[in-house]
Amino acid sequence: MVVVMPANFLRQLGHWTTDRLWRLGFASRFLLMTLLYSGTALRRFNLTMREIYFTGVLSLIIILVSGLFVGMVLGLQGYDTLQRYGSSEALGVLVALSLVRELGPVVAALLFASRAGSAITAEIGLMKATEQLSAMEMMAVNPIARVVAPRFWAGVISMPLLAALFSAMGVLGGYLVGVQLIGVDEGSFWSQMQSAVDFRQDVMNGVIKSFVFGALVSWIAVFEGYDAEPTAEGVSGATTRTVVTSSLAILAADFVLTAFMFRGV
Amino acid sequence: MNRAAIDLWVGLFVALGLAALLFLALKVGNLSSTDVGETYAVQANFDNIGGLKVRGAVKSAGVVVGRVGEIRFDRENYVAQVSMNIDKRYQFPRDTIATINTSGLLGEQYVGFEVGGDPEMFKPGDVLKKTQSAMVLEKLISQFMFSKAAEDEGKK
Amino acid sequence: MSADPLVKIRDLNFAYDSRAVLSGINMTIPRGKVVAIMGLSGCGKTTTLRLIGGQLRPTSGEVCVAGKAVHELDDEGLYLMRRRMGMLFQFGALFTDMSVYDNVAFQMREHTDLPDELIHDLVLMKLHAVGLRGARSLMPSELSGGMARRVALARAIALDPMLIMYDEPFAGLDPISLSIVGELIRELNDALGISSIVVTHDVQESLKIVDYIYFMAAGKVVAEGTAEDIRQSTEPFVHQFVWGEPDGPLNFHYPARDYAQEMREQPARPKGWWS
Repeated sequence: MVVVMPANFLRQLGHWTTDRLWRLGFASRFLLMTLLYSGTALRRFNLTMREIYFTGVLSLIIILVSGLFVGMVLGLQGYDTLQRYGSSEALGVLVALSLVRELGPVVAALLFASRAGSAITAEIGLMKATEQLSAMEMMAVNPIARVVAPRFWAGVISMPLLAALFSAMGVLGGYLVGVQLIGVDEGSFWSQMQSAVDFRQDVMNGVIKSFVFGALVSWIAVFEGYDAEPTAEGVSGATTRTVVTSSLAILAADFVLTAFMFRGV
Repeated sequence: MNRAAIDLWVGLFVALGLAALLFLALKVGNLSSTDVGETYAVQANFDNIGGLKVRGAVKSAGVVVGRVGEIRFDRENYVAQVSMNIDKRYQFPRDTIATINTSGLLGEQYVGFEVGGDPEMFKPGDVLKKTQSAMVLEKLISQFMFSKAAEDEGKK
Repeated sequence: MSADPLVKIRDLNFAYDSRAVLSGINMTIPRGKVVAIMGLSGCGKTTTLRLIGGQLRPTSGEVCVAGKAVHELDDEGLYLMRRRMGMLFQFGALFTDMSVYDNVAFQMREHTDLPDELIHDLVLMKLHAVGLRGARSLMPSELSGGMARRVALARAIALDPMLIMYDEPFAGLDPISLSIVGELIRELNDALGISSIVVTHDVQESLKIVDYIYFMAAGKVVAEGTAEDIRQSTEPFVHQFVWGEPDGPLNFHYPARDYAQEMREQPARPKGWWS
């Protein structure tokens, strides 16, 4: 028994690892196919346009409202901490830097994954379950080109815009609480912010981050949908996996990107 | 949802997003205050640049007049070569001294220009002759300690 | 019309991993005829259709459509071939995010550069053929099962194919819709001069409309013939199937060990941790 247990455990670990690796390889091949068949999505841009509406425009409300609230909380908390050191004028810097560098891209991507990513997975999964993808194939239309690629590109395009909106709303929220409500000096709020936030270092890196997150979330969402078991249970499982996997992927990628971008340049 | 309505919404969304980006660039970031206008390069050699970084500020009388462009190590003279991009609107006399200062006690380091009296102005590509290195806190402290110790020695 | 058959299947074997689904299938679908493939659920009927459509590749044997071996075509060749095939899926498989009109126009827009006016006329013609010209602006969710099936049929004939495959066209339909769809299959086949393959287990309806029938069981063809042959068949399995008798060569019970002995045994402990 004592000997059998570790062997069993090792076998399970091995099985789990090969399983994951196989899936990752499969997902990478799928991404490659998506990029390869992107011609249609870009040539007939109204297909992608439609998906931008469903992923981007319909996520606007949640992104704007969350951004405003996150900014307002940052304003309150930041003020509380900063005034202990007598530097409450630095509130603008704190709010703007944390939003532009981290919270904007990351939180917007997390919201995007649960709002739009899950919807994409469910939609593609249901199309598979109801044989719409098979029907498309039988009509000599490649579902990767017609269904997957437009959704993928819509995500990649929408994400940076949503992240920028989130950050902008956040700064506005911080301004409302810090300047209008608490009474931090308006001039130093903006001027300190402007002298501390660098366009290339901070704003552009944030945009690059959100591009990467957008691609990650869209990739995971379309893959999970396409790979879903064509049953009600399979689709719901795939939807959950999309949210969980893309959240983890966003946070892991954020660490890697941050390490590369802000390695004390 | 027909085609025209979708186009309108997507157009609005993209415009909003770009406006937000512009807001971040101009109002939140410093794209509007620096990097606009043309610059000319001047060089300065320092024995020690401390914590100066590329894109650090170059200030004269507290006003930002340029940015640090490049930092190299001179292998022959063992000094740091700092090239700076100065705004074309500002001209400085040839005997201007470049010093490395710290904003606040623990803040970022920047290059300060102390303006001299030479009637001739810098030309692009010139090298500043007089420089003053960064103060290194550890050195200051050890100097202070040694002099204190020496004083104590003398008293005995 | 040439004498050679449109679809020819020779010694076809197919297995998912190591589980054999089809073994030694031989079928011939002549041009201009409606051929039915019948059998119980899970006997490999739908798999046969997918092999003809090139969605699956045979383990061995060959599938020829219009003189070309489907499994030897590359992607491009396969897509060209599929443009000349229509397929009606079990529940229609209409694109749920498009209106009836857009569903029928889908292939025309994807594969041709026809101007919108011409597509408009063509779509209305196809919808008229299935009697649903008036429903063109409805969404698939607003259609009844029978109507969805007819829209799918209009979509399948959008590019005037040479072959239409029907996967369970009668499943889940009320008697009226059922005979409407049955009639349509026959009428469209004769009017358009195409060939049809109907996969079904609805014996009575399909015997009325088809020219020839293949009977499948457990991945093999067990009987074939015209509708009259099948009705008169003395083959025990076919007889049981056609007349819907509960007992015969096909058992009500899933294969199991001896009943009395199994009742005496201790129940096996369930495996999950939650029990």
